[in-house]
Amino acid sequence: MLALIEWLAQTPGSIALVESLYVYGIVESFHVVALGLFLGTLAVVDFRLLGWMFRQTPVSEITARFLPWTAAGFVIMVVTGLLLFYAIPIRTYQSIWFRTKVLLLVVAGINAWLLHRRMARDRPTWDKDPAPPLGVKIAAMLSIGTWIGVIIMGRMIAYNWFDCDRQPQSDFINWAAGCVVALSDAP
Amino acid sequence: MDPVDLFIWFEDSALGTLIRESMWLFPAIQAIHLVGIAALGGAILAVDLRLLNAVLRHLPPAEVLRETRLWMAGSILLMVSTGIPLFLSQAVRYYFNTSFWIKIGGLIIVVLFTYLVRNPRIRVMGNTATTSAGLRSLALISISLWLVVAFAGRWVGFS
Repeated sequence: MLALIEWLAQTPGSIALVESLYVYGIVESFHVVALGLFLGTLAVVDFRLLGWMFRQTPVSEITARFLPWTAAGFVIMVVTGLLLFYAIPIRTYQSIWFRTKVLLLVVAGINAWLLHRRMARDRPTWDKDPAPPLGVKIAAMLSIGTWIGVIIMGRMIAYNWFDCDRQPQSDFINWAAGCVVALSDAP
Repeated sequence: MDPVDLFIWFEDSALGTLIRESMWLFPAIQAIHLVGIAALGGAILAVDLRLLNAVLRHLPPAEVLRETRLWMAGSILLMVSTGIPLFLSQAVRYYFNTSFWIKIGGLIIVVLFTYLVRNPRIRVMGNTATTSAGLRSLALISISLWLVVAFAGRWVGFS
């Protein structure tokens, strides 16, 4: 895997992106600002599923209208996110923050998939209820929690406290980040 | 008194010094500030997308505004209460930062616009399911102004 990432880092596109004066910053700005679209509209859906907001509006009405905006935001997040990774591949791949972020993204994805499967099964029976069943509320809470975690981990990628090139790091960090520590650096 | 002296005083404040001298505080507060973007974005878009007839079409805009009012106010409070400590820790740097002044100027304009123009107009005009061209243009102005604040805000860190 690391060999692939190292190859990615020396492709002309990656070098051009990381050395660019403005393009990297513009891509990152879109990644940050699109948070408002992606997670803002998702928050409306989660708040409805928790019974906190728009309690008189059927859940199906909220999801049908808001989730397309969430999906559009998600596309912007993924495209700009992949570009940001492409610009700085090795350091990002070996970042404990990035790795935790990816884990949380997987949890958020599985949670969303399970929730949608559940909604496909029995939503008509509680669609108009002001507050959906407990299982649905838990999924909505988990959604909010994991996405907040994703935002925080994403922001921390910028900080280099645990970077592999800042040795000595603890064994745990070196293991979690996948650092390749040369024998001469070892204590 | 030179205005920069005021910003030196901000930076020397107890809170500003505490954050500047800590390794974790600035990043931690910044992360919460970022979570606030999502919260604020949702509160803004619920109303503005409604005005644009994109969501919740069976609810009058005034009703959507009532439902999201506390959420909006809470999000602004979260942004300001995290933004001020961030500002204090590096006040002098921000004083000389053009993006910072664009952000603050835009922020003042959009908050005044929201609470003195957009919301009062929605309460008066937005009690039916259909929205007028006037209300739709309020939504476009609101989204545009917030985008200026958000992009300028991100650029504060680059410049």
